[in-house]
Amino acid sequence: MRLSLPSKILLWGATALTLAFIYTPILVVVLNSFSTSKTLSWPPPGFTTEWWAKAFSNAGAMSAVTTSLIVALASTVIALLLGTALSFALHRFDFFGKSTVNLLVVLPIALPGIVTGIALNNAFRTMLDIQLGWFTIIVAHGTFCVVTVFNNVFARLRRVGTSLEEASSDLGAGIWTTFRLVTFPQIRSALFAGGLLSFALSFDEIIVTTFTAGSGVQTLPIYILENMFRPNQAPIVAVIAVVMILIAIVPIYIAQRLTSSDNR
Amino acid sequence: MRNALTRRAGLAGLAVASIVVLAGCGTGGSTAEGPAALTELGDPEGSVSILAWPGYVEDGSNYPEYDWVSDFETETGCMVTTKTYGTSDEAVSLMKTGDYDVVAASGDASLRMMVAGDVQPVNMDLIPSYAGIYDFLKNQSHNTYQDQSYGVPHGYGANLLQYNTEVFAEAPTSWSVVWDANSPYAGKVTAYDSPIYIADAALYLMKTQPDLGITNPYALDETQFNAAIDLLKVQRGVVGEYWSDYLAQAQSFTTGDSVIGTSWQVITNVLQGEGAPIEAVLPEEGSTGWSDTWMISAATEKPNCAYLWLEHMADPETNATATGYFGEAPSSDAACDFRTDCEAFHAGDEAYAAQLWYWTTPVAECLDGRTDVMCMDYPAWTQAWQEIKG
Amino acid sequence: MTTVSSSAPDRVGGAPSRASLARRGSAFLYRHAKVRLALLLSAPLFWLGLVYIAALAALLITAFWTVDSFTGEILVDWNVDNVTKVLGDALYHAVTLRTVTAAVLVTLIDIAIALPIACLMAKVASRAVHRALVIAILLPLWASYLVKAYAWRSLLSQDGVIDWMLAPIGGESPGYGFEGSVVTLAYLWLPFVILPIFTALERVPDSLLDASSDLGAKTGRTFRHIVFPLIVPGIIAGSIFSFSLTLGDYIAVRIVGGATQMLGTLVYANVGVANNLPLAAAVSLIPLGIIFIYLGVVRRTGALSNL
Repeated sequence: MRLSLPSKILLWGATALTLAFIYTPILVVVLNSFSTSKTLSWPPPGFTTEWWAKAFSNAGAMSAVTTSLIVALASTVIALLLGTALSFALHRFDFFGKSTVNLLVVLPIALPGIVTGIALNNAFRTMLDIQLGWFTIIVAHGTFCVVTVFNNVFARLRRVGTSLEEASSDLGAGIWTTFRLVTFPQIRSALFAGGLLSFALSFDEIIVTTFTAGSGVQTLPIYILENMFRPNQAPIVAVIAVVMILIAIVPIYIAQRLTSSDNR
Repeated sequence: MRNALTRRAGLAGLAVASIVVLAGCGTGGSTAEGPAALTELGDPEGSVSILAWPGYVEDGSNYPEYDWVSDFETETGCMVTTKTYGTSDEAVSLMKTGDYDVVAASGDASLRMMVAGDVQPVNMDLIPSYAGIYDFLKNQSHNTYQDQSYGVPHGYGANLLQYNTEVFAEAPTSWSVVWDANSPYAGKVTAYDSPIYIADAALYLMKTQPDLGITNPYALDETQFNAAIDLLKVQRGVVGEYWSDYLAQAQSFTTGDSVIGTSWQVITNVLQGEGAPIEAVLPEEGSTGWSDTWMISAATEKPNCAYLWLEHMADPETNATATGYFGEAPSSDAACDFRTDCEAFHAGDEAYAAQLWYWTTPVAECLDGRTDVMCMDYPAWTQAWQEIKG
Repeated sequence: MTTVSSSAPDRVGGAPSRASLARRGSAFLYRHAKVRLALLLSAPLFWLGLVYIAALAALLITAFWTVDSFTGEILVDWNVDNVTKVLGDALYHAVTLRTVTAAVLVTLIDIAIALPIACLMAKVASRAVHRALVIAILLPLWASYLVKAYAWRSLLSQDGVIDWMLAPIGGESPGYGFEGSVVTLAYLWLPFVILPIFTALERVPDSLLDASSDLGAKTGRTFRHIVFPLIVPGIIAGSIFSFSLTLGDYIAVRIVGGATQMLGTLVYANVGVANNLPLAAAVSLIPLGIIFIYLGVVRRTGALSNL
């Protein structure tokens, strides 16, 4: 896009400010993870690496991270299956109530988390008589993660069209072969991008989780929340947040590579 | 957090289509016929599930040096699973599921559990360490119901008046400083974010406006209640923050966003440990406080492990570690042999304890024995609390 | 297409019985579009319809019941007290107004921040910068929501970073309260607003922009008349996130809100603290109603498939 110099400067300036806005709090978290203050008081009174050493030997924190990873992975798998099926249904077919189905997918993310949370809690505990635990968290997360996969795949299907698939079936390939060799490669990066967003959404969700987690299951956000009520754990939580950001660079980078190589 | 839903609601929920059938069966509430207390202990059942405040059941996974679960598991063979809760109300609803054998409840939850029959009477003969526990903690309305003991006291503490010594050269001696509509500290006053805080207003009125006739800050008739609410609405104008978590409260006193308000001894200690100019006092009016109780579920299938856990927590050494970690006074003098900070928490100081009104659930039947009026119950307190915050 | 022809034969040759079964299934499905549709739709609809919609319906019905004040049991005693209370009480009016104001402000702030950076990412930056920026936007999603909210607590505090930055121009931090909550919530939901706007912008063909400037339109005019209409669905998609997430939040508000109450706080207080699910369900009707109206309006714009 051709831009006049002033608008270019304006755009870069605004971007720089936005990045500063996004990363100032992250910087605070990084500094807090090295702070000697147990209450994260500001400015940090001193420097220590104590928390970094302690965080990795903190069994509670480590098991919370593992729990969150498992929950996010499971709900992402559910979201991938349901979201892909739905996007094909809505893209390839015309049927009665199509727009209602579209609305239905969006609903779990569009409705406030606390409403989803108490509704599911009510349903699990009293209607279905299921004990809150792994199963209920994963079902709840899967429900609101479907939309991220659905939207990515649906947008991709709209863009690539059906001509290649038609060619494939004209050449005698069956539905499975066409899917495996033609359709899937076309939507692969959309699946990855949608899956990644769904993973992030699930990994950090706290409100719905609060209402659907049982006694034995403690996800990372729940662990963090409980530690705000417990003495002397706050800096460890800051360490975990920093580590999570560092680890996340890898999958985001891969997703980026995949998507941009598809686009150009 | 996790809300209370009963099977009855669930059945009806299922019957979205056939509502009519269920509409007729609208009687609720179990009656208070708990089972009788156990008379002797049998073999441990191999496991016990515990519901407690965060920090009450530590197995070393947060801090290796704070672990009073592992030795219990080895000694008794009862494997412990724990669920923590954030508010007393959450504890009440979770106990209704019957999934937990043991609960550590504050007074604003324990009475409801006893009356609803969710917990069972405890035979103290089976808990040897009970004898050493401070007498002033025993036979209180929050752990005794219809003359039966329902649990073992765990630890107790007071809601103190915490202040910044750089702002207050002289220690405040009265709660009046947080109730003043024209406070020079407007915007920097903090208060505890819970309906139970209404009792703090009532306690202040009890001492300053004898005409109202308040004798127990948890037993308020409509007039008394409205007076307390009015006081709180005045206070709302000077409150900068209602706090509920430990970390937020500690932060706002370090940064100076709050300079005076209710707090807990443990928060004061942490702040002082970091060199912050913070002090806390028990004002002349006395204060509200909490006294927590270990109780056993009425529906438990693991009574032996449950009793063993109660004994374990009453044991002076365990009690010292647990209450020390959480930051409250222990339940016995013997426990102070294992702690160095009993002085700071006024452990065993009967005169100090006498000034405390422990959290209790307000009920319609006045707790102070009045029968000619109805008192405002907890739902009314909750409703009013939301209106105060606006 | 080379991949198709090269690998298809060995697949057929592999397991004859399974392959023929698959082929028959494939042929059957090929002929029966309705069966294909049913297979695709059944699982998602079962999940969303039975798990989610049924749960919501049950919750709404609960709003017309009542709760035993002392024992906390829910009583099936049909009445509209909760609903009339929620609709008639001044407290709920004030809190609803405050929450909707916050949601609108958060959404506007987010869109204003998101537009320039999304524009730059999609249309101006080189490929490497583009990639770096997308990563930069996505990364903070992994730093826990709670940790970020507490970081804002530090930033907003007295003598905190914001005070320090605003001091030279004579400003000061808004402190804990409504303004602090709006800023924090705008921060927390920002990536969710940038992404759909960025995606929408990426889809605007460069040729269109070139044509516009070839015909003499300045940057501003091109943006107003060409770009903006094309990305409206993306903006609306982003706004659904920021709007609804703000409407339902209670944790960040508790951390930086000082004494501020929002709708989320009230729902939470009724269900978590007061143990009164029927009243909480009745309060939930307010955000539900607002979101449904909002969704109904935006559904026409096609924004729902841009989230």
